[in-house]
Amino acid sequence: MANYKNHVLVCSGTGCRASQGEEIVLNLEAEIEKNGLGEEVQVVRTGCFGFCEKGPVVKMIPDNTFYVQVTPEDASDLVSEHLVKGRQVERLLFTDPETKEKVADSKKMGFYKKQIRLALRNCGFINPENIHEYIARDGYAALGKAFTMKPEEVIQEIIDSGLRGRGGGGFPTGLKWDITRKVQAEQKYVVCNADEGDPGAFMDRSILEGDPHSVLESMAINGYCTGATKGLIYIRAEYPLAINRLKIAIEQARELGLLGTDILGSGFDFDVEIRYGAGAFVCGEETSLIHSMEGHRGEPTVKPPFPSESGYKGMPTNVNNVETYANIPVILLEGAKYFASIGTEKSKGTKVFALAGKVNNVGLIEVPMGITLREVIFDIGGGIKDGKKFKSVQTGGPSGGCLTEKHLDIPIDYDNLLASGSMMGSGGMIVMDEDDCMVSVAKFYLDFTVEESCGKCAPCRIGNKRLYEMLDKISEGKATEADLGRLRNLANVIKDTSLCGLGQTSPNPVLSTMDNFRDEYLAHVKDKKCPAGQCKSLLQYVIDAEPCIGCTACVRVCPVDAISGEKKQPHTINQETCIKCGACMDKCKFKAISIQ
Amino acid sequence: METVQLTIDNKKVEVAKGTTILEAAKTIGVDIPTLCHMKLEDTNFENNPGGCRVCVVEVAGRRNLAPACKSECTPNMEVNTHSVRVVNARRTVMELILSDHPSDCLVCAKAGNCDLQDMAQTLGIRQIPFQGEKNEYKSDESPAIIREMEKCIMCRRCETACNKVQTVGVLSAINRGFESVVAPAFEMDLDHSNCTFCGQCVAVCPTGALTERDHSREVLDAIVDPTKTVIVNTAPAVRAALGEEFGMEAGTRVTGKMVSALRKIGFDYVFDTDFAADLTIMEEGTELLGRLSKHLAGDKDVKLPILTSCCPGWVNFFEYNFPDMLDVPSTAKSPQQMFGAIAKSYFAEKLGKKREDLVVVSVMPCLAKKYECSRDEFKTDGNPEVDLSISTRELAQMIKNYNINFNQLEDEDFDQPLGESTGASVIFGTTGGVIEAAVRTAYEVHTKKECPSVDFKELRGMEGIRSATIDFDGLPINIGIAHGLGNARKLLEDVRAGKSNFHAIEIMACPGGCIGGGGQPYHHGKVETLKARQKAIYSEDESKTLRKSHENPFVQKLYEEFLGEPCGHKSHELLHTHYYDKKNVDKK
Amino acid sequence: MTKVKSLADLKKMKEDLQSKVNLREKGDNVERMVQVKVSMATCGIAAGAKEVMNQLITELDNRSVDAVVTQTGCMGYCHAEPTIEVTLPNNDPVVFGHVDDKKVVEIIEQYIIAGKLVDGVIPVNYETVKEHKNK
Repeated sequence: MANYKNHVLVCSGTGCRASQGEEIVLNLEAEIEKNGLGEEVQVVRTGCFGFCEKGPVVKMIPDNTFYVQVTPEDASDLVSEHLVKGRQVERLLFTDPETKEKVADSKKMGFYKKQIRLALRNCGFINPENIHEYIARDGYAALGKAFTMKPEEVIQEIIDSGLRGRGGGGFPTGLKWDITRKVQAEQKYVVCNADEGDPGAFMDRSILEGDPHSVLESMAINGYCTGATKGLIYIRAEYPLAINRLKIAIEQARELGLLGTDILGSGFDFDVEIRYGAGAFVCGEETSLIHSMEGHRGEPTVKPPFPSESGYKGMPTNVNNVETYANIPVILLEGAKYFASIGTEKSKGTKVFALAGKVNNVGLIEVPMGITLREVIFDIGGGIKDGKKFKSVQTGGPSGGCLTEKHLDIPIDYDNLLASGSMMGSGGMIVMDEDDCMVSVAKFYLDFTVEESCGKCAPCRIGNKRLYEMLDKISEGKATEADLGRLRNLANVIKDTSLCGLGQTSPNPVLSTMDNFRDEYLAHVKDKKCPAGQCKSLLQYVIDAEPCIGCTACVRVCPVDAISGEKKQPHTINQETCIKCGACMDKCKFKAISIQ
Repeated sequence: METVQLTIDNKKVEVAKGTTILEAAKTIGVDIPTLCHMKLEDTNFENNPGGCRVCVVEVAGRRNLAPACKSECTPNMEVNTHSVRVVNARRTVMELILSDHPSDCLVCAKAGNCDLQDMAQTLGIRQIPFQGEKNEYKSDESPAIIREMEKCIMCRRCETACNKVQTVGVLSAINRGFESVVAPAFEMDLDHSNCTFCGQCVAVCPTGALTERDHSREVLDAIVDPTKTVIVNTAPAVRAALGEEFGMEAGTRVTGKMVSALRKIGFDYVFDTDFAADLTIMEEGTELLGRLSKHLAGDKDVKLPILTSCCPGWVNFFEYNFPDMLDVPSTAKSPQQMFGAIAKSYFAEKLGKKREDLVVVSVMPCLAKKYECSRDEFKTDGNPEVDLSISTRELAQMIKNYNINFNQLEDEDFDQPLGESTGASVIFGTTGGVIEAAVRTAYEVHTKKECPSVDFKELRGMEGIRSATIDFDGLPINIGIAHGLGNARKLLEDVRAGKSNFHAIEIMACPGGCIGGGGQPYHHGKVETLKARQKAIYSEDESKTLRKSHENPFVQKLYEEFLGEPCGHKSHELLHTHYYDKKNVDKK
Repeated sequence: MTKVKSLADLKKMKEDLQSKVNLREKGDNVERMVQVKVSMATCGIAAGAKEVMNQLITELDNRSVDAVVTQTGCMGYCHAEPTIEVTLPNNDPVVFGHVDDKKVVEIIEQYIIAGKLVDGVIPVNYETVKEHKNK
């Protein structure tokens, strides 16, 4: 057996793979062979490192050197310099956006400094396609430990840990397990909700791609606790890599007898099947998900009854999402006490966020509950891009709200986010700067919910459409102040009357932007102005008479003949006919045309 | 019984565990408005997706409003059915629904019978504050049912009827979000789908989204045409329901008034489909006895049980779903088609007219009859046995057009010879009736003795699937009855699996039989209406002097003069049919 | 693959597999471990740094010392190659010159395990950029 002195970890998550991650692996392997290091250096494909902004990522072990934005052509330098000569390849190191210094050790990077990796503990660390690496990292030991305990004791440990559902609802996980356990039934099911649908959120995908066994192990633990022998993973078909890794993981676990009959000699049988979703957002809602798995239209039904009582095929079904499951082995192995030592009073442990938008460091981060938005955005995220001013951060995906400067120092947890008019959701976090128009932002999210509503209940089906149309009217400058009142009432009624969580939260982006950016809405309806300059209908192209020399270049380029004026005299734009295409501004050599 | 105590609108209520807030409120006289919800007690029709959100109420301690139709009462629950929050929400939701609905009530088939219109009136909505895009869909016009899905409010009642009750599985929600609508797969037309045209979707549709294809204009055209002799015949279930359209109590028999009105409308001959029903019994009963005696003689190839075949929705259903069993049902045509066949042969001869000069119109409680009369095998040289089939509702509309004061009409009798009928044919209108009529005749033909009693009450009722054993003077005959196609499917699957010990099975596509047909006055979810109609049918039967089909003197005469004997050569030519494997064929 | 039949089996398997990821575990916890850097520039390699590194890894393993052995570029002490830099937890780095197979054993046994300094220490007299800045 080769005695490896170095491991080269290459991110093999969907994002890095899309940027030629696989070619990097192949080139590295070829270079290593060429330099005769085949016995000393091992290249390992891993799950996502989270720092997707700077992918593809390559990490050198054991010296922890973190290379970013690597291309396949860099392989020869990485091998000949770093591995052969022991010299870091300076140009591929990460540059701190604040200090402009090169940082080689990932532990010293702001992006990783405040993170605690529990759910993502193995992502970017092990080869997800090799069960031995998982076992070497205490894989399946939590399941083995569970077998030495009574199901009630395991559940008590989960309850004591304070773990709450990471899919958005935040329901105490242990309680959910306990309800399922207490219902008597011939067959029970364990379901993993991998129907990650929030735009921009990809933590579940990353876990499945980087550490699929942790989910399988936890599902088996749940089965042992609740009395379920069948596990189902509902995953969207557009996650092919995650599906492939899951399939490999299930196969390997079966081969080792960690799934199947009489697992670890416990007498407990458990197996897992994969079910594919077609990518409907509403199927992340547990009753819809179950209907979809049963072969019905993906639509929610009124709760109660909850799936814990009557779920898949009418049987008690425990539904948790991927990230929730990924935390379970940590709790069992490290103890509820350790887990509960992280976080706030009512929200324990860590949360994975998909940090995106106008921050310098975009990526997947896992932070302790109770961290502030400021720390996330400015310390981990490295602040706002291009030195612009922070305006708002949207959390909780399309169901969440837009928070502002005044919320930046609130410790992030389920209850605080809810109280601030947003929510945890599945952990999307999109940062906006001064150039973002909040009416447009609300419109963007509503556009998504209008598309993704299942159409079952009237308020969500029609109400969201009307909300969108009202917002559109505002951004066109055709709304009045009275419309704002109607907008708010409609938003509240949709929240109050919709059947499932989708409709009950879909107006949140509207309500939170109305609350937090009322002036901006008023500017749109009263002054017919878009302060951020995003709403096209409210823009005016104006010619400044002073620099204009009357060259008529703009007249010739205007497609609708909106510009007039005598030659060599300042010109004017007829606002009625102008279609705001901007062609005149591009053409003017004298910077006489501006947007107001 | 476990009970639950709660407060609704500050009143204490005690109800059985499992009761919904909607039902509990009803017990103290609080009517919570509903739109999508519909429950036909004692049948398996219950539609409560909780989708329209009109029935929302405030429950103390809950973050959101709860749908009363779908929320079970829990101990010490405090419910407020009309707080400001509830009223505002309910009205806003209605305004939303109306904002995606055409405002063409003036020419809508459902005007006056529309649950949505009623609800808009109840809530006093005079303007719709939301303006925006409205959905548009291609129209779908089959020979029996018209779909105008702009009017669909996604209550899903039709889906429940089509899938859960009828197990036909044609209608289901498609698309997502604002564009969601109920449609056959891939938005194909009903004509190309496995639709049986039973019309139960139409019977429960709250709006004008699903209606019958209206033929009243064509009927009027025929009456106006001086070259045509227009013959009308009316099915038994029509007389038990038509009165409802004129404000009469459900279950009022209006046979005489109906005949009178039909004459006023201008039909040249007013006949009774019941005559043909008696004829059906002669043919079907003889076929049953024929198969039975072969079976008793040890013939292993004979197909038993025999299945009735007078319901066209049912015929469509087995052609699509049980094409391997096409030789099991009776080959006897339905009464409508038998009537048309006799009218355009025997009666045309009597009149000395060519069949082309006759226009046969049938008034049916049924929409599948519209499709049935358009089937190719029921045409001679392109001329159909029955030209036009209109529903009970269309007839009512015609009567209203004629400015006839229906309630004040004198009773009149049907014309002869095709207007004579027995009590046996009347009960064709309800579940269990056809088989009871068949038993009355088969018993006497087989045993050569008179029935001890004509009332075979063991065959009556509203249970979805029923069975009884009738003693044919020492020979036990096992009879099965199913109404609703979902129930029919269960019996048929047993037959297919060889697990059925029935000799004869009666099947009706619609819940309750023809009294609950897709062409009847809308029941608006009241099962009492169906029960009252059923009662009316049996009392009409009792009022008749002749109660066995073979005693119908004009039927006897028809055999003597024209047909020869039941199941004879001429009968086979005129009164029997064959079935097609439609599993992979569309109707066009 | 043979099945894992009990928790004991699983634990045994984990022990056996530990080495697969050990390197990475160490990389994750360097500040709590002995870090040894071998200067591996042309000068070092020519003087036998590669052999030294291999020996270091083997000898440390033999004595079950949790240590991270990495290579680094030229430290600037080309006169004393091969050179290695040893950092004990919570201690300043110490650089040893002219390291050969005998010296390797000595450094491990005397300095790394027993904490006693041995001959051959090269005085470190530069400061890092950061230290410089912080002054």
